[in-house]
Order: sequence, then C-alpha cells, then structure tokens
Amino acid sequence: MTSPLISVKNLTLRFKTDEGMVTAVNDVSFDIAPGEVLGLVGESGSGKSVTAKALMMLNAENSVYDDNSRITLRTDEREIDVLSLKRPKDQMIIRGGAISMIFQEPMASFAPAISIGDQMIEQLMIHSDMTPAQAKEVSIEMLNRVGIPEPAHRFKQYAFEFSGGMRQRAMIAMALSTKPRLLIADEPTTALDVTIQAQVIELMKDLVDEFHMSILFITHDLGVIAQTADRVAVMYLGNLVETGTVRQVINTPAHPYTRGLLNSLPKLDDLEAQLTPVPGDIPSPLDRPSGCVFHTRCVETAGIAEQCRTQIPGYTSDSSNHQVACHLATQGDQS
Amino acid sequence: MSKDILIAARDLSVHFPLRGFVFGERPVVRACEGINLEIERGSFFGLVGESGSGKTTLGRAMLKAAPISHGEVVYSDHEVTYDLGTLKGPELKDYRKRSQLIFQDPYAALSPRMTVRDIIAEPLEVMGLTSSREETDAKVREIAAKCRLNLEHLRRFPHAFSGGQRQRISIARALVSDPRFIVADESVAALDVSIQADVLNLLNSIQQESGITFLFISHDLSVIAHTCDFVAVMYLGQIVESAPTRKLFSETSHPYTKALLSAIPSLDPDDQHVAQKLEGEIPSPINPPPGCRFNTRCPHAQERCRTEVPEWREMSSGHHVACHFSEELA
Ligand SMILES: Nc1ncnc2c1ncn2[C@@H]1O[C@H](COP(=O)(O)OP(=O)(O)OP(=O)(O)O)[C@@H](O)[C@H]1O
Ligand SMILES: Nc1ncnc2c1ncn2[C@@H]1O[C@H](COP(=O)(O)OP(=O)(O)O)[C@@H](O)[C@H]1O
Ligand code: SF4
Ligand code: SF4
Ligand SMILES: [Mg+2]
Ligand SMILES: [Mg+2]
Repeated sequence: MTSPLISVKNLTLRFKTDEGMVTAVNDVSFDIAPGEVLGLVGESGSGKSVTAKALMMLNAENSVYDDNSRITLRTDEREIDVLSLKRPKDQMIIRGGAISMIFQEPMASFAPAISIGDQMIEQLMIHSDMTPAQAKEVSIEMLNRVGIPEPAHRFKQYAFEFSGGMRQRAMIAMALSTKPRLLIADEPTTALDVTIQAQVIELMKDLVDEFHMSILFITHDLGVIAQTADRVAVMYLGNLVETGTVRQVINTPAHPYTRGLLNSLPKLDDLEAQLTPVPGDIPSPLDRPSGCVFHTRCVETAGIAEQCRTQIPGYTSDSSNHQVACHLATQGDQS
Repeated sequence: MSKDILIAARDLSVHFPLRGFVFGERPVVRACEGINLEIERGSFFGLVGESGSGKTTLGRAMLKAAPISHGEVVYSDHEVTYDLGTLKGPELKDYRKRSQLIFQDPYAALSPRMTVRDIIAEPLEVMGLTSSREETDAKVREIAAKCRLNLEHLRRFPHAFSGGQRQRISIARALVSDPRFIVADESVAALDVSIQADVLNLLNSIQQESGITFLFISHDLSVIAHTCDFVAVMYLGQIVESAPTRKLFSETSHPYTKALLSAIPSLDPDDQHVAQKLEGEIPSPINPPPGCRFNTRCPHAQERCRTEVPEWREMSSGHHVACHFSEELA
C-alpha cells in the first residue's frame, strides 16, 4: 500500500470571535493518496473551506488549532509537519509549491491591476529557478493546455477581460503551472453554468491523469462528486460523518445526513419523486448540539433518541474502510 | 378549447442601448429578441438557460421592470387586462400589486436595519393595502405562518437567519400583497440542495393552495423538471424550445436543450455518458450570430443555419421548437 500524500489527523480548529470560540472543524481525520481525488461535501457553513485552508495554513489570524491536530505532507524528499511551519518563508514550500488552490470566484485570486501573464510568471519564479523567459513560455503553454484560445494574446490581458469560464481555466492554468502534488479545488464549478462546468470537469480529469496529482475537490453538488471523485468525505457542522469510496457513499450511504442530502436532490430519471429536504436548519457553530451533532435534524433516531442526544458516536468501519459516525451503525455491528 | 392565458409576450424584444458612444451608431444589447410566450393561469412555468441568455430580462419585462422595445406583453386576469407597454398611472400601480418578484438569493438585500415583521409589512404600507396596524399585523402573521416563520422570527433582524430562512422571508414579502403572478428568479450561485428542496416544496404548495401563477427562472434543468408543468428554454435572447415538462424531457428536440440535459452530471458514478459537449461560451448579445443564434456552438450546424433564421414551429400540440433540422435530429 502506498503511503498517503497528505494525512490529516485529529484536526480541530476554532476561531476567536466576539461571541466566543467558534468550533469550525472538530476532530477531523482523512488521508489523500497520490493520484487520488477526494470529494468533500456538505452544506454551506459545514467547514469545508476552513479544512482546505488548514492544509495550506491559510486561515485567518483568529484561528486556533488544537495541540493534537496534525497535518503531514509527504513529498519525495521528506515529510513536512504542515502546522509547525511558522515562518512565511517555510510556508511557501506548501503554498503554491507542493499544494495549489483554486476557488469558486476566480476574480478574487487574480490581482486586478496585473496582467494574467505577469501573475503566472511571478508565481513560477517564486517556486522554481526558471528565467523570466522560460516562465513566460511555460505559462503560455499552460494557458494553451487549459483550452484558452490565442494564449499568447490572452497572456497580456487582465482578469476582468476574461469571461467566468475563461477565468476559471486561467486560474487552473496558474495553479497547475508549478506542478503541485495536491490541488485543492474549492467549489470550482459552483458559479458556472452546467455547460461550462462540464468543460471544466473534463479538463480537470485530463489534468489529474496527465500530472498524476491528487485533488481535494470541495463541492456541495453530489452529481459533480459522482463524476469526479474516487473517495468522498461528508462533512456536517465541522465533523466528518461518513467517508468511503464514491460508490459506497452514493450508492449505499450509511449516515442519515448523507441519505438526507441524496433525498433532497432532484433526479432526472424520476420526475415524480418527492424532494425531501433535511428538516430544520443547520445549527449555529456557537451552539453545537450535544451527543451526535446531527441529532437535532435526524429522522432516524427512533428507539435510540436518548443515546443520540447524549453520546458522541465514534467511527465504525467495515472491512472495506467505509467509515461512518452514527449510533445506528454500531447497533448493526452488534446484531 | 381556449386556453386561459394570464400573461403573454408577443414578438417581444428588449434592447439596451449602451451608454457613452457619441459617434456613429450606438451598440445595442439585444437581451431579448422576438419572444413569443404564453403562460396559463395557475401554472408553474419554468424558464431555463445559461447565464446571459436573457431570463432575468424577460422576467423583468413581464413585470414592467425592463423596457419593452418591440412587441407587446399583455396581462389578463378576468378582472383587468393590461397592455404593459403603455401601462402607467393608477393602472401601473395596480399591476405592481398583482405581480411580484422573488429574487432567489439568500444574501440579497434584506434591509439589515428592519425587523422581519417590518420587511414583510413594508409592501402593505407602501401600497396602502391595509388600513390599520392591527390589520397589517394580522396579514403579516398569516403570511409568515404560511412560510413557516413564527412570532419570535418576526421580531428579529435578518442577519440572524440562515440562507433557507432568508429565502422564506423574501417569499413572505412577495406574497403579502396577494399577487396573481410571481416571477421567482434564482441566482446562479446554487443554494444548498436541502434548502433548495425546501424552498421548491414551499413554492409548489403556495401555488397549489393559492393558484398564483409562477414564472420560475433557473439555470438548472433538473430543478425545473421537478417543479414546473411547462418549460421554455432560452438561448441568447430567444426561446428555442418550449413544451409541457414531460414532453420536453421525453421528446427533446432542440440541440441546445439536448446539450443542457446531457451536461447535468449524473448521480451514478458508473454512468459514463459523455456530455454532448458544447464548445466555447455564449456569444455577446451585442452582435449575435446571424441565422440561428446557436450556430456557433451547435454540433449539427450547416450552411443554412448560418444565414437563415429558424422558424418558431409547433412540432406537436404545445411543443414549439426553433431549429431547421429538429425532425431529422429527433
Ligand atoms: N475568520 C473566521 N472567524 C470566525 N468564524 C469563521 C471564520 N472563518 C470561518 N468561520 C466559520 O467557520 C464555519 C465553517 O466555515 P467554512 O467557510 O469553512 O464553511 P463552508 O463549508 O466552506 O461554507 P460555504 O460553502 O458557505 O463556503 C462557519 O460557521 C464560518 O462562519
Ligand atoms: N441594464 C442593462 N444594460 C445593458 N445590458 C444589459 C442590461 N440588463 C441586462 N443586460 C444584458 O442582457 C443580457 C441578458 O441578461 P440577463 O437577463 O441578466 O440574463 P440571465 O438572467 O439569463 O443571466 C446579458 O448580456 C446582460 O449583460
Ligand atoms: S447517531 Fe443518531 S442522530 Fe446521529 S446520525 Fe445516527 S441516528 Fe441520527
Ligand atoms: S438551426 Fe441549425 S444551428 Fe440552429 S439549432 Fe438547429 S441545427 Fe443547430
Ligand atoms: Mg466554502
Ligand atoms: Mg439572471
């Protein structure tokens, strides 16, 4: 078995706010293997972006990591203890080096007054020892690779001169030009039309094969996950509630929350099916429920309601490493 | 059998001249061009298309909130008949009560300094629809209950609410003037699936209870399929196909509709169907392609498509298509 590219162990992350400490990520552990696409799903506010940013130490100043949180990145040469990188200079090894990130709103990741090309060159020169001329050549080649027409001309333009789809492609080009080992894609297609989304997904799939990198793919669209991910992690209120292969999680979901997400989706092959939302609203992270964090909205607590309300469910895993944090699963094991 | 049409657009065009061009001809954004559309009373009518296709503009024209440059929009509800192009004065004011917009964006401007009660009551007060504070309060409570907002919610400010609750506040505000026609415009940034399902169910139940006619705008065909009884597909300012929902999905005729459908990612990880890929992006509505506007991206485009505008034809009862080759391609 190959060792994972990145291991997240017991990641707990809180923010200091005026109203008190907000727990955004709670005891989260997962691995991503080399070349693997891990999909991270969950409602808005569930902690997906904060988790992703932790991998690059990009969270805001008011963030506090628990002492036993560990993020380990394995490159060919060595193991990096990410959370111990305190100096900006050391953090550059990961930021835009071993790990690159693309966002939902590409406009935010380009400086408005610097041409796309100059930003790509700068990025490359920080992370390699290319000459400016080499960096320019690689950048134009990369723009061409992601399907931007007339790349040499586009290279000189600014982000505002690109359409939404083009900007997303340019951001992918910039993120991949440094040949990162891990690409973090945070809702890269959410703001795009389905037609453009299909183009971007195809592009990303081709690039994973070509560059043999790993991807942490964040989205709340389970269809996008089904078509891109190898494995899936489902997040609710800062907790991972289920992880498994894409087939396990989508075809045989083990956690009531995962089932709830799937039941809320409109399905084209069954137009008559009722849409069943997960009842109620996601609680405030300032006011995390006791016991199972999902118990205030769970419809499957019959007979074990008291246990759900008071006891935190541990992870159970079947032989194929399909993990779930729910008291129902433990009961199943015992019977 | 004559249909009971609440609102109809006939050969409707909405053009926006661009500002700041002093010399020569001013460029014009042709946001809607030659639209024909009939919405039956009590229906849930879906409008779908990519970003920039003109859905919002069409919806706004039907609310008389976008300029009608050519053609007409006629509203008729048994009590009144209005030609929106010439509507003004007290009749326009009356139309503002009969029609409403729900802007489906949870972060949309709900005034942060007003309580939820005041946000919902504002249309009543501005339009003078109630004569006392008691009457206003009673109406607000009635509508709020329909939208699952309780008395405690009414006292609070909108920032304290989740995305789903904000949606219900916007819906309550739109319902309070007892409109006959509602345009619900979904923003591109998708809602969480669970909130989306909840809002769709709420809109559907309101429609069934009150008989309000909805124009439901979305970029997501699977959402439209589950919610609407009739669908129109829009591309670059024009309707390219429209049909009762089941027919649109079982007898999809326009290449653009087919491409939209096949681009929806399948929930089945083993479904390897390759999206009928659309190359490139939607062209600018300032200089739309001649002939069929879809010809620059259509996988079936032929010479004729680049010169001749396809006719808006009825394929079968209630199913219209604008494509030269829809029979051959079916
Ligand atoms: N700098 C911060 N200070 C305080 N709270 C924060 C900060 N950043 C994030 N949070 C909180 O952490 C929680 C998780 O946020 P995060 O942005 O990761 O969610 P998400 O799943 O990415 O949501 P979305 O899909 O809306 O982006 C939220 O409750 C959020 O309000
Ligand atoms: N006030 C305006 N001035 C100029 N162009 C406009 C205006 N409103 C809309 N448009 C243009 O009309 C086209 C259709 O826009 P819109 O109706 O918003 O589409 P959609 O809602 O489908 O995204 C777009 O190209 C848009 O930029
Ligand atoms: S532990 Fe209980 S509340 Fe939590 S998901 Fe399982 S059944 Fe539901
Ligand atoms: S008319 Fe021609 S270009 Fe237009 S949709 Fe039909 S085949 Fe395609
Ligand atoms: Mg996020
Ligand atoms: Mg719009």
